[in-house]
Amino acid sequence: MTRKAEKAAPAPFEAQDVEHWLHVYEQMVKIREFEEKANELYLKALMPGLTHLYAGQEAVAVGVCEALRPADYITSTHRGHGHCLAKGASLDRMFAELLGKEAGYCRGKGGSMHIADPASGNLGANAIVGGSAGIATGAAFSAKMRGTDQVAVCFFGEGALGQGIVYEVMNMASLWKLPVIYVCENNQYNEYTHFREATAGEITARAEAFGILAETIDGQDVRLVYETAQRLVERARRGEGPAFLECLTYRYYGHHVGDISRAYYRSKEEEQEWRTRRDPLKILGEKMVEQKLTDQAVLDGIHQDVLSEIEAAVQFAIDAPFPDPAEVDEDVYA
Amino acid sequence: MIGVTSLEGRMAERELTFAEAIREALAEEMRRDPRVFIIGEDVAEAGTPFKVLSGLVEEFGKERVVDSPISEPGFTGLGVGAAMTGLRPVVDLMFGDFLTLAMDQIANQAAKIHYMSGGKMKAPIVIRTTLGATRRSAAQHSQSLQAWVSHVPGLKVALPSTPYDAKGLLKSAIRDENPVVFMEDKMMYKLKGPVPEEEYTIPFGVADVKRPGGDITLVATSSMVQVALGAADKLQEIGISAEVVDPRTTAPLDKQSLIDSARKTSRAIVIDEGYERYGVTAEFASVIAEGAFYYLDAPVRRMGARDVPVPFSPALEDVTVPTEETVFQMAKALCGRS
Repeated sequence: MTRKAEKAAPAPFEAQDVEHWLHVYEQMVKIREFEEKANELYLKALMPGLTHLYAGQEAVAVGVCEALRPADYITSTHRGHGHCLAKGASLDRMFAELLGKEAGYCRGKGGSMHIADPASGNLGANAIVGGSAGIATGAAFSAKMRGTDQVAVCFFGEGALGQGIVYEVMNMASLWKLPVIYVCENNQYNEYTHFREATAGEITARAEAFGILAETIDGQDVRLVYETAQRLVERARRGEGPAFLECLTYRYYGHHVGDISRAYYRSKEEEQEWRTRRDPLKILGEKMVEQKLTDQAVLDGIHQDVLSEIEAAVQFAIDAPFPDPAEVDEDVYA
Repeated sequence: MIGVTSLEGRMAERELTFAEAIREALAEEMRRDPRVFIIGEDVAEAGTPFKVLSGLVEEFGKERVVDSPISEPGFTGLGVGAAMTGLRPVVDLMFGDFLTLAMDQIANQAAKIHYMSGGKMKAPIVIRTTLGATRRSAAQHSQSLQAWVSHVPGLKVALPSTPYDAKGLLKSAIRDENPVVFMEDKMMYKLKGPVPEEEYTIPFGVADVKRPGGDITLVATSSMVQVALGAADKLQEIGISAEVVDPRTTAPLDKQSLIDSARKTSRAIVIDEGYERYGVTAEFASVIAEGAFYYLDAPVRRMGARDVPVPFSPALEDVTVPTEETVFQMAKALCGRS
């Protein structure tokens, strides 16, 4: 049942899809630059607490979310900025939340690890590893019971494969043919431990044990992620049941922004290898230029536009007021 | 003497068992609101080991009375997600001891989603579970863990003590916009009491004076309300008039009713079947101590389950929980009678 598609190539570009792929490129740049800026805010001590950066994994969030409709659901993780942006969150309110401001998505009550935006189908980032697997599966259960054709996507890292609830809900999703896609972002490291030291057997075999269609793909090639996600999402939408998608990817930064001395668990050479040879932005950009769908100037223009947007968004967040301390008791109960 | 004040003289009406009252509340709410569904282990044809849900699957079908695998975290989490996306799940956690299995989904997910999202999302889920010892079920099927859930902001906790309260509180729980942990005393399922035919709900955070009195206040929850009422009968025989106050929900807690009663009687014992240390009784006692200090003639006394894992042997188990006799003795001593 597993399709080992790591080396599979995406379908050739179609000329009429140029706008789509430029949009995809822009979404990935947006996430990359958001994370670079978040790191800068941390280093300048402008951001309270810490954060977990998604840089390097952009193709997964964007490839999957581009295959979704606005009404479809996602659940996200502690490393969740990419998912939130890819599903439609705006930069300014994201930054405002990171800075703990009233204008943030959660009015400053959630912070980096809890950004939720029901308007874009984002049921929330979750700081418990594997903690959202139940929520995503419940959203799929709900969609089925309410008779909508919504699909739910549960993003989680390979570290969540150690959590029992992931298997409990996969069992139920398969039994009841729920429209849910479990997207396992295998960025190689469970915090500071290589996943091979923590994960016995084959990852996809775990999903297959429940009779769930499971595939492994190169998560750095956004076209491949998009095509695969589209196929699995539409399959789920047709009522043909859940799927498990392992995306091989890499986080460029540490487990969190403070994790800067990483030599004891991974080499600089390895990091450099992924950054230079497997960067999702480069892979898409170079392919588009190579096939003459666009030229470098257009891509550079996108980059510049995103940088300006980011600057404006950060300024908005910096200028935004903090919540009134009196709000601390609000929203405990609905 | 059950629910005298709540019933306001409607004692002549029909009687239901506690289990029947629960079942009727569920059936009425499922008829009223198609978003309501039940999920849990053996909830459908089996109707749970306690047979509380018997007949529901026949009326509402297996789509709305969903038998789950034995996966408490999984189906509780599924319920949270369903609640966040427009349904009204009633999750059945067969034994209160299994709260421990589902605690992340209850305390970290359901309880916090509204707050963490700045008020944009909500999880209107009911988690029905049980409490209570003396069923000879030993340490992992006998605990009363209401203190654990009462501790977590974002959760509401209901502890009905009569069929009437069980029905009214459960209907309120299902209609509530927040996660509610609804705890039923296993030993009480066969208890009969008046339940009117007509529609009613009972608001959360409103204590009920189960028996008025003037000499001592007995604040009791769930299983301990019947114990307190029995003790009050005995106290009456020796000329001590005990007032029995049932908070009915620990979160929200009707602090004022506890304080008012203690101010009136000048003495209070607080009784709950959870472990005594750091328990529900500690909270009640501090509420009364802070709110009625200058009116008290004696220290507030706590009576909870003995701080041991619940033992199996009847000879051991029976001494772990407050009884009519131990409450009677404590009250008598507190009133200065030997």
